[in-house]
Amino acid sequence: MAEVEGGCAEGGCELFSAGHRACGGCGPALAARLLLKATGKNAILVASTGCMEVFSTPYPETAWGVPWIHSLFENAAAVASGIEASLKRQGRSEKVVCVCGDGATFDIGVLCISGAFERGHDITYICYDNEAYMNTGIQRSGATPYGASTTTSPAGSCSLGNIHRKKDMPAILAAHGAPYVATASIAYPNDFVQKVERAINTPGPCYIQVHTPCCTGWGFEAGETLAMGKLAIETGLWVNYEMVNGVVEKAKKVRRKPVEEYLAKQKRFRHLFKPTRQDDMIAQIQAIADANAERFGIDIKRKESSE
Amino acid sequence: MLEFMEGSHAVAEIVKRCRPQVIAAYPITPQTHIVEDLAQMVANCEIDAEYITVESEFSALSACLGASAAGSRVYSATTSQGLALMFEVCFNAAGMRQPIVMTIANRSLGAPLSIWNDQQDSISLRDSGWLQFYAEDNQETVDLHMIAYKVCEDHDILLPAFVCFDGFILSHTYEPVAIPTQEEVDAYLPAFNPYQRLDAENPLSFGMYATPEYYMEFRYEVDRAQQRAKDAFIKAGREFGEQFGRDYSALVEGYRLEDADTALVAMGSICGTAKDAIDEMRDAGKKVGLLKIRTFRPFPAQEIAAALSGVSTVAVLDKNISLGSGGAVGTEVKAALYGSGISVYDYIIALGGRDVRKRDIAAVVDLAEKGEGDMFYGLRTEVL
Repeated sequence: MAEVEGGCAEGGCELFSAGHRACGGCGPALAARLLLKATGKNAILVASTGCMEVFSTPYPETAWGVPWIHSLFENAAAVASGIEASLKRQGRSEKVVCVCGDGATFDIGVLCISGAFERGHDITYICYDNEAYMNTGIQRSGATPYGASTTTSPAGSCSLGNIHRKKDMPAILAAHGAPYVATASIAYPNDFVQKVERAINTPGPCYIQVHTPCCTGWGFEAGETLAMGKLAIETGLWVNYEMVNGVVEKAKKVRRKPVEEYLAKQKRFRHLFKPTRQDDMIAQIQAIADANAERFGIDIKRKESSE
Repeated sequence: MLEFMEGSHAVAEIVKRCRPQVIAAYPITPQTHIVEDLAQMVANCEIDAEYITVESEFSALSACLGASAAGSRVYSATTSQGLALMFEVCFNAAGMRQPIVMTIANRSLGAPLSIWNDQQDSISLRDSGWLQFYAEDNQETVDLHMIAYKVCEDHDILLPAFVCFDGFILSHTYEPVAIPTQEEVDAYLPAFNPYQRLDAENPLSFGMYATPEYYMEFRYEVDRAQQRAKDAFIKAGREFGEQFGRDYSALVEGYRLEDADTALVAMGSICGTAKDAIDEMRDAGKKVGLLKIRTFRPFPAQEIAAALSGVSTVAVLDKNISLGSGGAVGTEVKAALYGSGISVYDYIIALGGRDVRKRDIAAVVDLAEKGEGDMFYGLRTEVL
């Protein structure tokens, strides 16, 4: 592939260096690489504290080929607000892009995100959603799915794991008047890259929540990361969609598989199958997928036999 | 030319002339008049700045950090609970070496809720890495803002600073103040020249994490910068004096100390009351003086020891308390005078807006001379 300039070639930019400290099979690391392919060099990245921040910037080494700043766990959206205001004042053209985990986004950072979106800063906020606090050792967050066992929502003799449903962050941010909100998955890299490109070129605050399976936290083989992302989509437990000015415009259609195919492959859901099969719980999770399918209209209807 | 104006308005007028490019602030009593005035100045196009109406003080300082890292001169103001909410960002901004200037309209911290003055808020951030300058009156408040920007942005310093002035006592009080013209401020304070900035042309990583092999050296560097800030302040204060005729080339300032047996030590507006009380005590034949601390961070320990070398008794007026220990200023003054043989007594005074009169100052001096100290002064024992 011909080198255009620096780390950019015909297939996009490679601005996220190899040699960082992520686990083999890390979903967020792939998200970072794809993200920078989409942004190119003319971006300023704002990170929250978390796995990605730690594995990519152990002083004095950095994996980031674009300007990058990390301040605290919960303030990336506020830091980005200040950067955007500063760039505006200076007449500069860099795109401001937050990249933060689900704990930083769904839980501790909500105040700052809400303020930044309400004020309408021209920023893109990417949440890499691996569905728990992985950096501190797999504790539940507001993004952890129903029934998942984590170190703070463990399955036990009188518990079947996380009792709370995943918070609907895209709807919350759409309700702030965000012009563009989307979900994506690293299992569909081109789709993710295109959504990032659309977000950074849409004026105003945009939000993308990208599903980034975590082999360490979820308990699957490192080579299965993309397969796990695909299964989440194929079961309807994760839906890739776009909301433009609050209206869902496009959702990826699938021929749905039972959720069991996804759950049974992950250690975080093992208690639903062993030592005894928890049919009620599996049925409740299936109902979540069914509701997703209904809400977003993702089911590909089987053709009538007469057609 | 002297103009009669409210302290908060005087702060807004000088901040305007310091040309911040990004302002982020949140309302809180008794600081609010400053950011209201600045908002009006932006609305009237008197300041060419982005004004971010953040949703909390935590975000105010976070936004300032981001804007500063991106290459803009920034400003915020807060007090009390707002500063407490910024605690985490304060340590971060200093560690990331961002030259942010923030006004603190000093106020007590809850509980119980109190909007009135003491200095607990900024003093509680003494370990954060921020420079801390305390003003006696509104003229000094105005002048310290210009000096603060100059010191903070010095490439040998690169630290943030609090400019502290007592809430209500100064912030809401009308005094005659000389506000330098824009041309005069421009002549004193050059345009912001960031040492490093977030820039796509030169991609750098800011705020990385440090393993035990590197962390201590980062902290050492901040402490070294604090120490260097003493000379930088003296230089900036001298230059200020040369241009404006008001000299700030000292980290501490003595008042009638030359032949004093007993010295008061204080920070902020209480120094004015103390000076009047000292004049009366002097008239009555008492050899009393005052040492005013202008820079609590960096702490001028050697300067204090030198200034107090001739006295036998020291009474420190502490408008704060490190609960379970004592007043923060008293503790540090005692350390500065360790081994000198001088008797140092600490008085916790004026917490939560309790008024201090000249006769209270005289009473503290009497207590110190009797060897009674390290105590709260002015407690209403009837409500205990």
